[in-house]
Parts: sequence; C-alpha cells; structure tokens
Amino acid sequence: MKPAAFDYIAPTSLEAAVAALAAANGDGKVLAGGQSLMPLLNFRMARPAILIDLMHVPGMSFIESRGDKVAIGAMTRHADLEFSELVAAKLPVMAAAMRHVAHLAIRNKGTIGGSLSHADPAAELPMLAVFYGATIRVQGPERRRDIPAEDFFVSALTNCLDPEEIVFEIEFPVLRSHAGWAFEEVARRFGDFALASIAVSFELLDRQIADARVAVMGVADTPRRLREAETALQGLQGSPEAAAGFAGVVRSCLTPESDIHVSAEYRINLIGALAEKAFTAAWTRAAGQLP
Amino acid sequence: MDARGGTVAVKMDIVVTVNGRKYAASVEPRLLLSDFIRDTIGLTGTHVGCEHGVCGACTILVNGDSVRSCLTLAVRADGAEIVTVEGLGTPDELNTIQTQFREKHGLQCGFCTPGMLMTAMDLLKKYPLSSDDEIREGLSGNLCRCTGYQNIVAAIRAAADLRDGSSR
Repeated sequence: MKPAAFDYIAPTSLEAAVAALAAANGDGKVLAGGQSLMPLLNFRMARPAILIDLMHVPGMSFIESRGDKVAIGAMTRHADLEFSELVAAKLPVMAAAMRHVAHLAIRNKGTIGGSLSHADPAAELPMLAVFYGATIRVQGPERRRDIPAEDFFVSALTNCLDPEEIVFEIEFPVLRSHAGWAFEEVARRFGDFALASIAVSFELLDRQIADARVAVMGVADTPRRLREAETALQGLQGSPEAAAGFAGVVRSCLTPESDIHVSAEYRINLIGALAEKAFTAAWTRAAGQLP
Repeated sequence: MDARGGTVAVKMDIVVTVNGRKYAASVEPRLLLSDFIRDTIGLTGTHVGCEHGVCGACTILVNGDSVRSCLTLAVRADGAEIVTVEGLGTPDELNTIQTQFREKHGLQCGFCTPGMLMTAMDLLKKYPLSSDDEIREGLSGNLCRCTGYQNIVAAIRAAADLRDGSSR
C-alpha cells in the first residue's frame, strides 16, 4: 500500500460532507478528483485520518449559463470544460487554456474545485479564476459565503478557506466583450505546470484598446491580475513597439524567483516574451473582427 | 495498527467490471486501483511506474475515459466499467492500435506500452489528431525511455488514418 491508512466516507450531501470535515478536527482531507491529493497520499506527504469523498454528492458537476455569468460546479472535470460548447462560446480564454491543464488522463479525473482548492501558483484554473474575476462559492457548517478569486489565493498551495469549508461552485463573469484575447504558456513538457503564462483580453473602441484584462501565473506565489499592465494597454493600437512596450510593463510588475527548473532571470524574460506574443495574437484576433 | 499509530480502516466491498468480467472484493480504502488490478485480481498487463501520476504507464479506461490507475482509489471504482490492456485484443487477434504498434515498431522494452495503448484509445476517440504535433501533445503524459517516441507517433498516426479512412 502506498498511502498511509485512512478512514473513508463518501457522503451524499454537501452538508454531510461539511459536517464530516468539521468532525475530523483538522485531520480530514476532501477528495474531489484526486489528481493533486493522490500523489501527496502516495508519497505520504499527506496523512489525513479521514478522506471525505465528494463523488457521490449530487449536483456538483455542471456548466450552466446564469445571466451574464457561467456557473460551474466544483466537481466538474477539466475534460468537461475542455469539450464544453458553452465554455467555448462564453469563456474563450478558458477554452484555449484547458488543453494545457496536465494530460487527458488527468483532465478526465481532475476537477475545477479541486484545482482551485489546491491553489498551485502555476496551475491554469486558479489563474483563469483570477483573470475572469470569478466568485468562488463555499459551504461551511453555518453558512455559505462568496469569495472573490483574488482573495482566495493566499500563497503557494494555500487558500483562504476555513478548515471546515468546501468549494461547491464557481461563477465566471462573461467578459462584456473580448474581441481580442490570447493565452500563452511555456512549460518544460507540454501539460506540465507552467514556467510562466499570461492571459490577455481587450475590446476595441475606434480601433483602440479598451477594457483590457491581464493575468499571469508561474511568476509569483499566486496567480496575479496586473492592473498596471491593463492600464498601460488602454488606448493602444497594435504595433511591434506597442507589444514590446506592454512586455516591458508586465516585466516591471513582477519579481519572480529562481527554482529547480529555471532562474529568476529566465522567468522574467520568458513572461516578457509571452506578453509580447499574447499582445500580438490578441490584436490580430481583434483586428480580424474589425469592419 | 499501521505505522502512523492509527487503526487500519474498515474494508469496503466493491464490485468492478474489468474487461467484461465482474470482480467482487473487499478492500481497504487506501488500496490504489492499480494495485487492485495487478494484485487483487491478477491482471498484470497494467504496469506501475512512478506511482504518482507522472509516467502514464498505469493508464486504463474507466467508464470509457483514460485514467491514471495509480491516482485512483479502488473504492472509487465500485460499479465502474474498466478496460485494461488485456481487454484490447489477444495475441492472435490484436486490435487496430496494437497492430499498428507492431507494424510501426512502436515499442522496444514494452514497459510503457500498455499505458501508451490505453492513452491512444482515448486520444483516437476524442481528438482529430490531424497533425503529428497534436499526437505528441496527447502523448505528453506518457513516458517512454526506449523509442524516442517517433515510432509510437507513427503507429498512432496510422491508426488515426485508418479511423478516418484516409492514408497520407
């Protein structure tokens, strides 16, 4: 047996799952898709007394249009998002990012709620939640609360949940317009965690950039929205100089660290190169839609 | 008692259909699906490499989807339909993908092959695989230390062309 022994329950309601987590007194772990937790268990880096499996909680796997938002159940699998027509139509940046989420066999099990809760700073779904300004909805023993994605991620692998809270759904605002958008990522091997990644979207008004949105990951201990870079994009038009200027602003917002894979210097150059590429791709896409 | 000082959890009864045959067993919750398949029911075609979801050797199909069996608990497979490499074809009658792996020399030592085949089954079902780059992306979660991947890609290319009724 690889994992240390644990008790296991698979409750059939969210309330029962929260109650079981509270009863575990900090020694319980919630099992969603298991694609981050199972390796930790196999290495015995995590040794919970009890696993609370959400697989039999009904109504936690769905993708639905809800006014100007798309609501996604926490147990929705990455593969469901990857192949969803609703996601492709309403959340194009997410649709483009999904094939970068690990590998098909992982996407077939891994869930959005699990990925957000795990809070890896180089994982796509936390970054997408920050990019879109998603609301992460959680159930506790006494009440539900809604947490803005930017408040949810505290540091690497650390979220702001109370010990007995469970994410049950996520609401992604549909961007009013996303005429231009791009998602760029570099990983050591396709599907691995990102060394650096950037998402960009904007609208064009009178052939000038408006309503820009920029988020990055892999270059800080949480995914980050870069408001300074968003401001810098306002009013710009596409040109090689504008792309280079945008990359400069993105680089100036960040102080990434070195790790076993690459140096800080490599990473800052990489995010700059990706910013330039993303700007150009987004502009090209937007320009194609001009009359 | 286990090393942690806790009692071993109560065993749970599961029934799993593997390659069309039903298996009933009583298992500890911590038993990995990969160990259930290899040790409990004795189907050793599924290979176990890294046991933390990186190498892809243990990939199987659960309810039609490719899954890392080392990242799944056996108790979660209760009621599931599983296909392992033993369910693809027989030595006398290989299935299409197995045939193409043989034709194109898509294996050397064979350790990664079961995972490659099961991954290929799912890729062929879900993706156009219109370029070799797309095949390589699809295989990025399966490690092979012998072949350099070239002939594995060629085998899946050939299987995709057969699927689409075309040859390039």
